[in-house]
Amino acid sequence: MKNGRLESHAPTGPLESQWDRHKGDLKLVSPANKRKFNVLVVGTGLAGASAAASLAELGYEVQSFCIQDTPRRAHSVAAQGGINAAKNYQNDGDSAHRLFYDTIKGGDFRAREANVYRLAQLSVQIIDQCVAQGVPFAREYGGLLANRSFGGAQVSRTFYARGQTGQQLLLGAYGSLMRQVDAGRVTLFPQREMLDLVVVDGRARGIVCRNLATGALERYAGDTVLLCTGGYSTVFFLSTNAVNSNASAIWRCHKRGALFANPCFTQIHPTCIPVLGEHQSKLTLMSESLRNDGRVWVPKERSDKRRPSDIPESERDYFLERIYPAFGNLVPRDVASRAAKAVCDEGRGVGTTRLAVYLDFADAIKRLGVDVVRERYGNLFQMYHEITGEDPYEVPMRIYPAPHYTMGGLWVDYNLMSTIPGLHVLGEANFSDHGANRLGASALMQGLCDGYFVIPYTLGHYLAGTTLGKVTTDHPAFREAESAVRTRVDRLLSIRGKRTIRDFHWRLGRLLWDRCGMARNAAGLRDAMEKIRVMREEFWEDVNVPGHGAEFNKNLEMAGRVADYFELGELMCLDALKREESCGCHLRDEHQTPEGDPKRDDARFAYVAAWEYTGEGSPPRLEEETLEFEHVHLATRSYK
Amino acid sequence: MTAENGLRTYSLRIWRQSGPEQPGKLVDYRITGIDPGLSFVEMLDLLNEDLVHKGQDPVAFDSDCREGICGTCGLSIDGMPHGPLPNVTTCTLRMREFPDGATITVEPFRARAFPIIKDLVIDRSALDRVIARAGYISINVGSAPEANDTPIGKDVAEAAMDSATCIGCGACVAACPNASAALFVGAKVRQMMLLPQGGPERARRALGMTELMDHEGFGNCSNHGECEAACPKAISIENIATLRREFVRALLGRI
Repeated sequence: MKNGRLESHAPTGPLESQWDRHKGDLKLVSPANKRKFNVLVVGTGLAGASAAASLAELGYEVQSFCIQDTPRRAHSVAAQGGINAAKNYQNDGDSAHRLFYDTIKGGDFRAREANVYRLAQLSVQIIDQCVAQGVPFAREYGGLLANRSFGGAQVSRTFYARGQTGQQLLLGAYGSLMRQVDAGRVTLFPQREMLDLVVVDGRARGIVCRNLATGALERYAGDTVLLCTGGYSTVFFLSTNAVNSNASAIWRCHKRGALFANPCFTQIHPTCIPVLGEHQSKLTLMSESLRNDGRVWVPKERSDKRRPSDIPESERDYFLERIYPAFGNLVPRDVASRAAKAVCDEGRGVGTTRLAVYLDFADAIKRLGVDVVRERYGNLFQMYHEITGEDPYEVPMRIYPAPHYTMGGLWVDYNLMSTIPGLHVLGEANFSDHGANRLGASALMQGLCDGYFVIPYTLGHYLAGTTLGKVTTDHPAFREAESAVRTRVDRLLSIRGKRTIRDFHWRLGRLLWDRCGMARNAAGLRDAMEKIRVMREEFWEDVNVPGHGAEFNKNLEMAGRVADYFELGELMCLDALKREESCGCHLRDEHQTPEGDPKRDDARFAYVAAWEYTGEGSPPRLEEETLEFEHVHLATRSYK
Repeated sequence: MTAENGLRTYSLRIWRQSGPEQPGKLVDYRITGIDPGLSFVEMLDLLNEDLVHKGQDPVAFDSDCREGICGTCGLSIDGMPHGPLPNVTTCTLRMREFPDGATITVEPFRARAFPIIKDLVIDRSALDRVIARAGYISINVGSAPEANDTPIGKDVAEAAMDSATCIGCGACVAACPNASAALFVGAKVRQMMLLPQGGPERARRALGMTELMDHEGFGNCSNHGECEAACPKAISIENIATLRREFVRALLGRI
């Protein structure tokens, strides 16, 4: 399928056999030749660690980079609830097709059919792989794997390891990666931050990194680059992401020519611990799995100041169960977040800030007993208790939506290659599978699917079908890229203004949350873009970045990231402004049903918005990849 | 005394060391206006904001997820890794645990195998090298059998999970008078030993990881038990007993 310059390479024909037929057409690299190819993998989360390990197993020479001090700390480690797979172990009617349909519908019909079907199909193999690695998934008494339910599905297909599924899956992938390190097929470069992509003759051939421990700038050349650097929710300052998660790798690649798709599709997760004060540095997610047994409610009356236990049943509004009887508390994230915002906007929020709703386990404890609830959610309850000082076994949790995941990311074709030949993008860093809203427990699935089962095939096709000359780090393109990075670092350090980096980041995040968060409108977005431009100028004139370049310097790291957030934030607003419809997480005030549900405009906006960087001060150019739906009916999403 | 608005003041004694080869020392700071709901690392964020405003060098420390799972934030607080409370990490420790006006000493995790990079930031890559030797199940992608073909008892899976929750922070090493990594290694060995998939490599794992642990400069375990008390994930010292048993049996060729 070709749309303008965007060639998706998505296969056609019957969905069920698309991937198999595509694989059959892919070129192969012979076993003896694989070791001649040097693959640079940036990031060691689920996508990066699984890709690096799998490619090394095949025989490629792999260099693996991460900003953490060890690959095992990549932010996938914090994913809690689970991973979806269409195993149908529960005999409840699951299938690859149903997982495909739930994902397409959950994404509000803004994802590519072929990609999503492949994801659903490969999901079952991921579970097999992880179990074989020793991932201690939850089990039933009979010894078989257990499942729980997640939002947006009416089957139980989520596999989990207590509330630490991401950690366990990551440690599985990390183990495989370290095995290849021991075998000498992967070289690890921890504490490296990729600050630029090196493009030679139109192909991605290397990266420039800053060694975060010493401050040295380093060049690495390779035959291809895999970007597995995660999402960009930290643009909002307060998010559920780790404080070092950032957008710089994908943003610098964007500026080198990779198109950025759907930047405004950012997911606000409904169940997070509410904001406590302005000195807070991050928000903590409470797994969506809690909505299996927890009931979400607010008082029926506005400004009801009574303690939750003093509010009788008849005066409580279990609003998700009331509005969405078919899915109840398990509606998709965007729907749950909007509903929580709506009741708080009505003045029925709870807690001191009135920006929270209750997530109540009293019924579950009565029904299942405290031991079962502890077994299912014990570590989450403990985490909540530590942070808030309140015991959720005794009083309902208070939760509120927070920025969590970004469906947008670098545009990739069906082979996971960006618009820069040789630059592949995996996991959350790409835009590919979740449309305008991701379903719970699908991020882990996508990251591992891309790394274990897709890239090992599609990368071979690229390498086998391309004539790559020898490129070393002496090449002028490396000198140019390193010099650009150095100039930028020096400039940041030379400003020595009066305001801290955190101050700028906090204000940008607040602005984006207000104007480009759960609800957006044209006037607000235009105003935000104007304000961001002003803020960005102030940043480059008045920011204070202490210390030097040639040392461990956290402030310098953050300064570079925040500088990129200004540019990315402006593009998010532009994308949100241009998309004059509501879909999934993207709610435009101007485009809603009378009930406040998003109103899509398929005739005008059933496309992927892919933005091209055209230079400093020049407006980004939009390329549209039209989405064709041949296997599903474009329905109005309903969870009622 | 707590100010009327509930905000607190602390005296901090923080380890400052400009680089791996430089001498270090404790430096005194005072910080005011701390909301008791803030985490320990957020309190350090505010200290750094203040230092930057004053034109001083901010304190280098590392932290990432800030929800107790990534294992980045290892600080020794008043001599205890991750501070005085059981089962928390530095990033989930709240300032409400420290009375207003308290003096708090903050140092990096100390161990021969963890060299200091700057101030409170240490290099824990030795733990990666120990894992790289044998801390995994050797399986290539594509060859895994159907997941439910091998039933694993619920109690076994739960016990393996208890060991698998290790976050690799190194608190056990910092707490141990010998700077041993026996709890870290034991947790991985026990997780894999309990699972049928880990069976074929039991001997190689116990011998290889133990050998690497010695090679990296970690000390020997002499049953102090400090590691278990310091572990933010409450990993039991039983894991060290398992490591010993596996090691001896492997030496004797019985596994």
